[in-house]
Amino acid sequence: MYDGGKIIVGLLICLGFFLSPFFYNAGKAAKVPNPQLTEIAKEAQTCVMSKDYMTTSHFTLLDKWRNTVVRDGERYFKGENGKIYYKSLQMTCLKCHANKSKFCDQCHNYMDVNPYCWDCHIEPKESE
Amino acid sequence: MAVDRRQFLKVAGISTLLGIGGKTAFEILSPGRLEASSQKIPLTTGKRWAMVIDTHKMDEGLIEKCIEACHREHNVPNLDSQKEEVKWLWKEDYHHTFPNQQHRFTMHDIIHKIVPVMCNHCSNPPCCRVCPTQSTWQRDDGIIMMDPHRCIGCRFCMAACPFGARSFNWGDPRRVMTDDSLKESNPDFPQNPEYPTRCKGVVEKCNFCAERLAKGLEPKCVEVANDKKEAAMIFGDLADPESEVRTILNERYSIRRKPELGTEPNLYFLI
Repeated sequence: MYDGGKIIVGLLICLGFFLSPFFYNAGKAAKVPNPQLTEIAKEAQTCVMSKDYMTTSHFTLLDKWRNTVVRDGERYFKGENGKIYYKSLQMTCLKCHANKSKFCDQCHNYMDVNPYCWDCHIEPKESE
Repeated sequence: MAVDRRQFLKVAGISTLLGIGGKTAFEILSPGRLEASSQKIPLTTGKRWAMVIDTHKMDEGLIEKCIEACHREHNVPNLDSQKEEVKWLWKEDYHHTFPNQQHRFTMHDIIHKIVPVMCNHCSNPPCCRVCPTQSTWQRDDGIIMMDPHRCIGCRFCMAACPFGARSFNWGDPRRVMTDDSLKESNPDFPQNPEYPTRCKGVVEKCNFCAERLAKGLEPKCVEVANDKKEAAMIFGDLADPESEVRTILNERYSIRRKPELGTEPNLYFLI
């Protein structure tokens, strides 16, 4: 191989460059999301569905809500506890979870998902 | 086993009775309906919403009040630019509103009268026919709804609407909160925290206050207009012959915008 030394060194530099993010972040665990509940949410004790369902599938529920509300005009939802809720992200969900930055954004940032709900739906004003 | 005539009639009779009983029971016990009535949701099934506007009572000042209330209710920004403006309810003079319903000698007062205009919620809506994503469609109760989630901003509906009732968001409406030149005219945008704003690239228009109807309230403009002058705007169900809208249309002469186009508007103007 002509110029073998140069090629191998070049390859090693490239490899090092591509792996640099791993070295850079080695040993540092990303901050585990820790969604906080507001006092109102704690008091209510239960969400519209079980905590497990809401953790894994709240977006499925929200998608169903928006389709049934906007397209079919069905604006009420019977929760697992039998309580009837007004189907509204802005008025129902965020009334309890008024701390968007400490509740929603925690996991969304960790998972690097950018839901565009907030382009139109108004976020609650947080006190801090 | 052979069934004789008598047995057949018995079975048929009983099943008919059960059938009727079953349906009644279903309607009474059906949880959806019960829930709906317990929540005072007006069941819009079978309704045909329409609006009657008394042009004698709607003066320019009152129209402006209605426009302001409507735009505050739905977080419509004031963009100070004719090209970019977003409007749900606006004012127009008679000769622009009713171009084919005038002649050289029509009364001066009529020709220059200012009338409130908005989406006509046509019975034969051209906007819905051209929408490629069914983002705008006709509900069973006649309301032409917009689903901004689905809108791709192609603006076919704007080209199809002969009344100019639709506006396009050329930019993010929330820019009025930060843009120095727009901040002043939108001091408290978004004014209604219970209603969303729109985003860049979607079309919007009057929705006959579908969100208020669901709560059993009248459209905002009707509420504001009637607050100042009784029966200046009347909202109701055309399908009900006893309704106020039907009664007034029966008693007074009314016109609609561009009837020759066959879109069958549901906004009636008393002249």
